[in-house]
Amino acid sequence: MAYSEKVIDHYENPRNVGKLDDTDQNVGTGMVGAPACGDVMRLQIQVGDDGIIQDAKFKTYGCGSAIASSSLVTEWMKGKSIDDAAKIKNSDISEELALPPVKIHCSVLAEDAIAAAIADYKTKQETK
Amino acid sequence: MKLPIYFDYSATTPVDERVAKKMIECLTFDGNFGNPASRSHFFGWQAEESVENARRDVADLIGADPREIVWTSGATESNNLAIKGAAHFYHKKGKHIITSSIEHKSVLDTCRQLEREGFEVTYLAPNTDGITSVESVMEATREDTIIVSIMHVNNEIGTINDVSAIGEFCRSKKIVFHVDAAQSAGKIDIDIKAMKIDVLSMSAHKMYGPKGIGALFVNRKPRIRLEALIHGGGHERGMRSGTLATHQIVGMGEAAKIAKAEMPAEQIKLKALSDRLWNGVAHIEQTFINGSKEQRVPGNLNVSFNFVEGESLLMSLKDLAVSSGSACTSASLEPSYVLRALGLSDELAHSSIRFGFGRYTTEEDIDYAVKQIDAAITKLRALSPLWDMFKDGVDLSKVKWAAH
Ligand SMILES: Cc1ncc(COP(=O)(O)O)c(C=O)c1O
Repeated sequence: MAYSEKVIDHYENPRNVGKLDDTDQNVGTGMVGAPACGDVMRLQIQVGDDGIIQDAKFKTYGCGSAIASSSLVTEWMKGKSIDDAAKIKNSDISEELALPPVKIHCSVLAEDAIAAAIADYKTKQETK
Repeated sequence: MKLPIYFDYSATTPVDERVAKKMIECLTFDGNFGNPASRSHFFGWQAEESVENARRDVADLIGADPREIVWTSGATESNNLAIKGAAHFYHKKGKHIITSSIEHKSVLDTCRQLEREGFEVTYLAPNTDGITSVESVMEATREDTIIVSIMHVNNEIGTINDVSAIGEFCRSKKIVFHVDAAQSAGKIDIDIKAMKIDVLSMSAHKMYGPKGIGALFVNRKPRIRLEALIHGGGHERGMRSGTLATHQIVGMGEAAKIAKAEMPAEQIKLKALSDRLWNGVAHIEQTFINGSKEQRVPGNLNVSFNFVEGESLLMSLKDLAVSSGSACTSASLEPSYVLRALGLSDELAHSSIRFGFGRYTTEEDIDYAVKQIDAAITKLRALSPLWDMFKDGVDLSKVKWAAH
């Protein structure tokens, strides 16, 4: 399969790889996918008191397109409010990375990961 | 060293120079271009002679009589002709067929088609080493079993089945025993008499011959009858009509001759290369050989690098032409059915790479590959949340995954 230049770039130089402190009240963690399907994404956000995402980190088990999708969304989320981050759509991701049809599920997974991370952050805030 | 390095000899092999030379001689006006079925002139006789010499070379490779060899377009057609041909000829004796769940698709899909026609098929599960045992065949055998079709060597994991034992049993029960030998012919010894094989499929392009030509051995003693799939001029004793492709056949014959002559030396060389690769990567944590370590062909090494997804690994190994059991290399999301049948976890099945070595693989190629693999695994595990979880002592099989 031929990969787009952007997928290759994110794959070769993934942005924001890592782990944030899960126990921190201001950190939201989203883990989506399943090993059975060949991809698992863990996306974490650190949100400031102003509701702006200060940091985002990811780790992904999956194909190059899955890695690129998660790397890309960490870049996009940083500096955005959680409400704006929640508006990132899978079609934005697949368009930016020029994903072929068989890889659209990677961008869907990245969108799911954003939603899961935000939901986790919000739950933590409510139980503060 | 030429990059990318070819490590996919189980998928296909390049045509040996010596084979190509013989083939070229059978194409043009100055060459041996006649129709082997032309009985009335020199051109036909000359082509027929070449075809018959090749038939002898292929027969010699497996200890058969040349009259027991039928030319086909490849192992896919051979498998179709063997299984459908026997089923359609012997259906009055019974309608039950036994095969294994990790056969090549050309056997499995043929069996599925026969199921649609009213035959019943038992798909045996291999053991965790990828071996289909004679005991499992015995257990599945019924009064109305007419065919047992078991591959000699598996194309994904390179494991070798004990076809002698299965042949012994089938012969005693007068059940037609078909063996898909696409991955074993020319690589390990085959003796159809000692192994009591009735029908055996071969393919030229897995043994340094051209694509598009194969052969089917059909036993004469005891005599096995097959209903033809392709009807026409009655070539190949009515079993496979169509003008014989002299250049292809000559190519397969030459490839078989070379394979037989060089087999002992080639086996030693390939075993050393395979050991060299394994010794180079075995130190990497959570790395496993898939399929039996002992009962395998020397030219195949199927390895899982746990917690690293196969397709991303292929991206990192772009200088190595290998294949992966991961889903992402196919259109479906399912990982390899062969690896799943061995009981591998999903992560492990998605993490597998098949290395195939062959006539042109060098030690230098292997050493280069080892370096690339080491770097790729380190990089991808640093990216893998599963690796983190494993390192934190999480049992992945107990995690509730949000499947998508
Ligand atoms: C075990 C096995 N059987 C059958 C085939 C099909 O052979 P061919 O490509 O000659 O049709 C292959 C090769 O892909 C194979 O590996």
